[in-house]
Amino acid sequence: MTDKFISIEGIAKRYPGAGAAMTTVFENLWLSMARGEFCCVIGHSGCGKTTVLNILAGLDAPSEGAVIVDGQAISGTSLDRAVIFQSHALLPWRTVLGNVAYAVSSKWRSWDRAKVKAHAQTFIDLVGLTGSEHKHPSELSGGMKQRVGIARALSITPKMMLMDEPFSALDALTRGTLQDEVRRICLETGQTAFMITHDVDEAIYLADKIFLMTNGPGAVLAEVVENPLPRDRGRTDLHRHPLYYALRNHIIDFLVTRSKTFAAETPDHDPRNVPMVHIGKPGLSIASDARPEPSRETSWPGLSRPSTSS
Amino acid sequence: MTTSLRLRAGLVSIVLLAAFLGIWHLATRSTAPVATMSPEYAKLMGLTATQGKSAMPGPLDVGAKLWEHLKRPFYDNGPNDKGLGIQLAYSIGRVGTGYLLAVIVAIPLGFLIGMSPLLSKALDPFIQVLKPISPLAWMPLALYTIKDSSISAVFVIFICSIWPMLLNTVFGVASVRKEWVNVARTLEVGTIRRAFTVILPAAAPTILTGMRISIGIAWLVIVAAEMLVGGTGIGYFVWNEWNNLSITNVIIAILLIGIVGMLLDQILARFTRMVTFPE
Ligand SMILES: Nc1ncnc2c1ncn2[C@@H]1O[C@H](COP(=O)(O)OP(=O)(O)O)[C@@H](O)[C@H]1O
Ligand SMILES: [Mg+2]
Repeated sequence: MTDKFISIEGIAKRYPGAGAAMTTVFENLWLSMARGEFCCVIGHSGCGKTTVLNILAGLDAPSEGAVIVDGQAISGTSLDRAVIFQSHALLPWRTVLGNVAYAVSSKWRSWDRAKVKAHAQTFIDLVGLTGSEHKHPSELSGGMKQRVGIARALSITPKMMLMDEPFSALDALTRGTLQDEVRRICLETGQTAFMITHDVDEAIYLADKIFLMTNGPGAVLAEVVENPLPRDRGRTDLHRHPLYYALRNHIIDFLVTRSKTFAAETPDHDPRNVPMVHIGKPGLSIASDARPEPSRETSWPGLSRPSTSS
Repeated sequence: MTTSLRLRAGLVSIVLLAAFLGIWHLATRSTAPVATMSPEYAKLMGLTATQGKSAMPGPLDVGAKLWEHLKRPFYDNGPNDKGLGIQLAYSIGRVGTGYLLAVIVAIPLGFLIGMSPLLSKALDPFIQVLKPISPLAWMPLALYTIKDSSISAVFVIFICSIWPMLLNTVFGVASVRKEWVNVARTLEVGTIRRAFTVILPAAAPTILTGMRISIGIAWLVIVAAEMLVGGTGIGYFVWNEWNNLSITNVIIAILLIGIVGMLLDQILARFTRMVTFPE
């Protein structure tokens, strides 16, 4: 494999359940990400995506296992790992500038006011909020609030960004614009990003790798799907790419049926070696993919079926 | 629209006030003199008997007396005859001292309890028992231990204003939105800085609401406390004037107690607005 910038090693999360029994949200979860990679997690509600992200952020501790970032096991939160919260989580008593400056002054405690302000302003400009610095969050639209959240996360120049359904509360148009911005910024700054999403198209547009999680409790990471679309993909011609529908159908099939039946159908699933799925790459061995999919073959002549290899 | 509403409301208020004063005046004015009475006896009995005048002063008597007081608010003719300004100042001073002491204790303590689930659970039974005790019930104990009536009154104010502030601080601190705390955590903000930059601003509206309730209670209690301990203050003034059978002064004191209470509440309301943030 390539270098593992982030490596989640056999983590589990258990909560006290009914009586003395423990409810296991997930266990023995292994996952790794390379530097500069954009990864999306898709799975149904309650399968533990937020929990994984919180553990990565250090806001939550795993019941078992460890998270290694850059060669070191993490303990607690870090300014290296910025979080963009689903509910934007801006401090409502601070202005836009105040919110970003709070992050900046938390990272560089010795900076004076002017330096903090100038640095914060750079990132406010970057997300296109120039002119709204002195507004309070209550005066901003949902999209603008999320922009402030992005500016705040970027302003501390983190090594990775963790995003928990950052755009799910936004309208489609705003969501599209912000996806473009996040994509641009992550490519420009070489960010490693970990994003939870419910939106299959969002994952296809943004991700290099897509993690598919089965339903909880006892969720597992079923597959890692490699995005076959080129890195310089554009939003408008995404659907014209010959592999777009194959990829999309694969993910939707997973969400609709396989996320429920995966555990029963795949008893020999090895959580340490999650199969890597390459959509439409001919010539690779077809390991465990025995599902007949004639419709896909007819609608996509010349393309081989999604194949899996470990 | 709003201005006209305000204007009309103001007009209605004035009409209601005028009606109240008018009825008050009519109800207390002199009726026809009672004729059959020997002059000596009439002299003894005073106007109440001779002219059928009510013992209840009318608005004009109260107004005249109030004007007299307002002209000389700060005179001091010995223990039982001081200007109303002085009496009010004593009361406000006691309320202020007891209240500030309560702020100093309640807010840091509330912070600690709110941030620690252990302390919160451990202290809860004490708070539950202490809170419903009438502050005046502490008075004998305070007089016995402190042996100074004025300080005892301050103590009673302290004990009555501490509970709403303490409980509101605990609640405000404990219910700060988790995501705001998480923001501070991901930014590696230390506990002290987090307390001041996230928890305090987030809990401030709730804390100020508690402080506003407290000042109202403190002002209610000081009158009763001063009636008990005597000496000085507006509560003592009311009691003293009742012993003097000067209902006029009692009514004036009641009016002033209401006005000062309103002002104290308005000040706290303004502070509350200052720290309230729209979401
Ligand atoms: N504090 C908690 N106590 C008990 N169960 C919890 C707690 N937090 C989360 N869970 C459970 O963990 C599971 C995963 O939650 P979460 O990570 O939020 O899921 P997702 O983000 O994928 O929707 C859910 O079934 C939820 O009920
Ligand atoms: Mg979630």
